Amino acid sequence: MNEKPEKLIDKKGLRLDGRKPDELRPLKMEVGVISNANGSAYIEWGKNKVIAAVYGPREVHPKHLALQDRTVLKCRYHMASFSVQERKSPAPSRREIELSKVIRESLEPAIFMEYYPRTMIDVIIEVLQADGGTRCAGITAAALALADSGIPMRDLVAACAAGKIDNTVVLDLFDTEDKVGSADVPVAMMPNLNAVTLLQMDGILTYEEFEKAVNMAMDGCKTVYALQKEALKTKYVTTKGEEESKEEEVEE
Amino acid sequence: MSIITKVKRKQIEQLLEKDNRLDGRGLLEHREMKLELGLIERAEGSARVLLGKTEVVVGIKVEMGEPFSDTPNEGVLTVNAELVPFASPNYEPGPPDENSIELARVVDRGIRESKMIDTEKLVIEPGKKVFVVFVDVYVLNYDGNLIDASALAAVAALSNTKMSKYEIEEGEVKIRSGYEQLPLKKHPITVTCAKIGNKLIVDPWVEEEQVADARISFAIDDDDNICAIQKGGRGYFEPSQVFEAAKIAKEKAKELRKKLNW
Repeated sequence: MNEKPEKLIDKKGLRLDGRKPDELRPLKMEVGVISNANGSAYIEWGKNKVIAAVYGPREVHPKHLALQDRTVLKCRYHMASFSVQERKSPAPSRREIELSKVIRESLEPAIFMEYYPRTMIDVIIEVLQADGGTRCAGITAAALALADSGIPMRDLVAACAAGKIDNTVVLDLFDTEDKVGSADVPVAMMPNLNAVTLLQMDGILTYEEFEKAVNMAMDGCKTVYALQKEALKTKYVTTKGEEESKEEEVEE
Repeated sequence: MSIITKVKRKQIEQLLEKDNRLDGRGLLEHREMKLELGLIERAEGSARVLLGKTEVVVGIKVEMGEPFSDTPNEGVLTVNAELVPFASPNYEPGPPDENSIELARVVDRGIRESKMIDTEKLVIEPGKKVFVVFVDVYVLNYDGNLIDASALAAVAALSNTKMSKYEIEEGEVKIRSGYEQLPLKKHPITVTCAKIGNKLIVDPWVEEEQVADARISFAIDDDDNICAIQKGGRGYFEPSQVFEAAKIAKEKAKELRKKLNW
């Protein structure tokens, strides 16, 4: 077990990993990483490494779950046994079951559910490495995977957390800050529609700190959102580019 | 949404426009609340809560066990929730589903994050032996807003919990006669708001829950701090509604605290 650090913010106002209070960790997103899936995305968020993939709309299984007026969204958030310091049992924990539920509810408002009655959409999120903020990374990747699969959406869902460490409200807590710090507030939203689709919190915050944390997290979501759009465009541009060069070859 | 729920949703929305509800309550009014303490003699603590027709019983058992390796100097808190099959025509027997797990974890977070239980006083032998506090929520009748009813019952049961005294003789833990109060520091109160259309209401009952867009719950401690939040449901909140709901929860928690004398 690592020693608990005494201070999470140094005299210069920098955090343990050298970030400023309102600074995100480095983000890298890639769309279309699982060839079998209808849509997929990989995200590296600091040390977090998460893959999300989408299957569907497809036949409902088991059949009695089918709805007459809309599709059924299923979501599975899971952490690989090697994703954390001490090996995690691969059986779904209570935490993972709860997170699967809130992640599903964070994505559902973005999907035109009524377009696909009597079908099912599966969203599968696998955390390969965890370093705090995996639900946010998972939601961000899942929204990309949904968009990649071509399912009509009202907006992308972007997620980011804020929290409180050493009496300061900061953006995007990593593992140590989450464990030693005094509060964590993950937020997911559809930035274009100004709609919050996930909000959780644990810790202790005054109302004023809560308001500040939510606003900071929403600003984080907007930055994540811009990167999501970039990642989608990049895939589209490369695919299109490849096709064009193929056409050229034929012409030659 | 079935035809019937669509019709009901419209009716509820029209009433809300006139600041009214199906059961005649105001938008920010709780249903009648009844609290009974110590009804289960076998349990170290217990409470029964009636919130309208929603009925929840919480029993507390305190046993000796091992601490978690990362918190050797703290007792252990475990919360579990059972949706008893007779509580609703839609409940079925079986292992806990996502709804009961979410309920248990939201109740757990309110108690844990507010630091309600003085867990450091539950240590018998650091790193080896501590008291484990089991909070078991049993939902007996579902009529909406299980989170508030369960959180209230759990906190009430904990404040009614007596544990047996002990002494250590030659490294062995011996139970002595007499009881002492479970060491507590705070009394968190949880308030849930539901969003229907552009209206926020407090303490939704089943008819409202069925048609609501989303819900959000806040656990508020004795000093008006927020210590846990959970958004649920298939819809969304506008940021301004999130802040409005937080303010409502803070005020309602204050009001309930006065009533309960916590």
